[in-house]
Amino acid sequence: MKAASFDYIRAKSIDEVCLALNQGDGEAQIIAGGQTLIPLMAMRMARPQTLVDINDIEELRGIEIAEKVARVKAGTRQADVLGSIEIRENLPILSEALGHVGHTQTRNRGTIGGSLVAADPSAEICLIAQLLDAKMTAKSTNGTRSIPASQFFDSAMVTSLKVGECLTEVEFPIWEDEHIGFGFHETSIRDSDYALAAAAAQIAIDSSGRCERVHLAVGGATPCPLRLNEVETALTGKVVDDGEIDTAISVIPALLEPQSDVHASAEYRRRVSTILAARAIRDARDRAQGEFA
Amino acid sequence: MSKNTIQITVNGTSYEREVEARLTLVDFLRDELDLTGTHVGCEHGVCGACSVIMDGRPVRSCLIYAVMADGHDFVTVEGLGGKDGSLSPIQDAFWENHAMQCGYCTPGMLIACHHLLEENPDPTEEEIREAIGGNLCRCTGYQQIVEAVKIAAQRARGSNL
Repeated sequence: MKAASFDYIRAKSIDEVCLALNQGDGEAQIIAGGQTLIPLMAMRMARPQTLVDINDIEELRGIEIAEKVARVKAGTRQADVLGSIEIRENLPILSEALGHVGHTQTRNRGTIGGSLVAADPSAEICLIAQLLDAKMTAKSTNGTRSIPASQFFDSAMVTSLKVGECLTEVEFPIWEDEHIGFGFHETSIRDSDYALAAAAAQIAIDSSGRCERVHLAVGGATPCPLRLNEVETALTGKVVDDGEIDTAISVIPALLEPQSDVHASAEYRRRVSTILAARAIRDARDRAQGEFA
Repeated sequence: MSKNTIQITVNGTSYEREVEARLTLVDFLRDELDLTGTHVGCEHGVCGACSVIMDGRPVRSCLIYAVMADGHDFVTVEGLGGKDGSLSPIQDAFWENHAMQCGYCTPGMLIACHHLLEENPDPTEEEIREAIGGNLCRCTGYQQIVEAVKIAAQRARGSNL
């Protein structure tokens, strides 16, 4: 036993979770897959007084495809979203990114909501939420509120969720433009290890190859996944050829303030993020044009 | 200190025990049920040595508290072979191909490879390496493990012809 002692509640409903969090006075914490929290507890970097287990709550599990959005309940296992044909058809970039999340054993337990709430800087699910401007729904005894991704990730491992709030679902927008494509690239020390740098792009082009809209975000290199609006603006309305991409991405190094650690220097992360961003945009364009090899 | 009564099934046998909430599943299997085949490695979800099958899917038993396992069904490395002590096809292939040296990672590797072959009877080398991506081995360099999985897969396919 490595974790500090705690009390355990197996909740049966979201309301019961909210009540337990409220009574916990900030010392109660939700546990879902536990793939981030249990290591933190083993190292005693987290010492919740009470764990509220949400694994039995049916209303926190499942995927719904509605008009222009995919709603993923917070407690849905990463492996189930990765294996979902509906997600692969409607949100292929999420499927692609999930293949890079941890390993089979951790994806079988880890949840979509758990990864978002943990807000690890290198987390692929957070990167895709930021890229597509997903909306998180949080519930507490005070009611329900919706938080856009741009206001959800505060810094490394910190979100804007308040004490007493339970993330219940995340809504990923589905693009319905005629020609869309995505690109996802990451660099890590070993396959499926934490990303040193990652980039994701999604593009919609018209039949003449002109960019109607593009989203680009990088992760791993900054405390939170970062949308690169400057690059998006530079590419919108243009025919996205390789020269145009190279010009647009040239601003990226100046936009990033990465950390150095034992695995990679800040300068390396800055350079690799920029190159991965270019690759992600090129793949997105090629897919949108039906030319992805 | 929070005590909880749990009931879980391991390798077809049902157990009921009282556990402290902070007891990990791997410690429960080893210390309470004397099923010491599952190894404790890093105890924080990095090495994969403690892998077990939970409700049909491989998971890390150091990243589940025993209390959370209440009502669930598990297979550990002890459950792979026959009741008479005979080895399963993947265990046989590991044995023959020296897919281990010190043996510490072996129970986790066997669980990962067993599950892979259940899901995918004809895996490519890339798929095999992906399946054991969450399991560290510091001895073999993985080559013999990959070979063992290929051989077990070939044999299983042969026997179905």
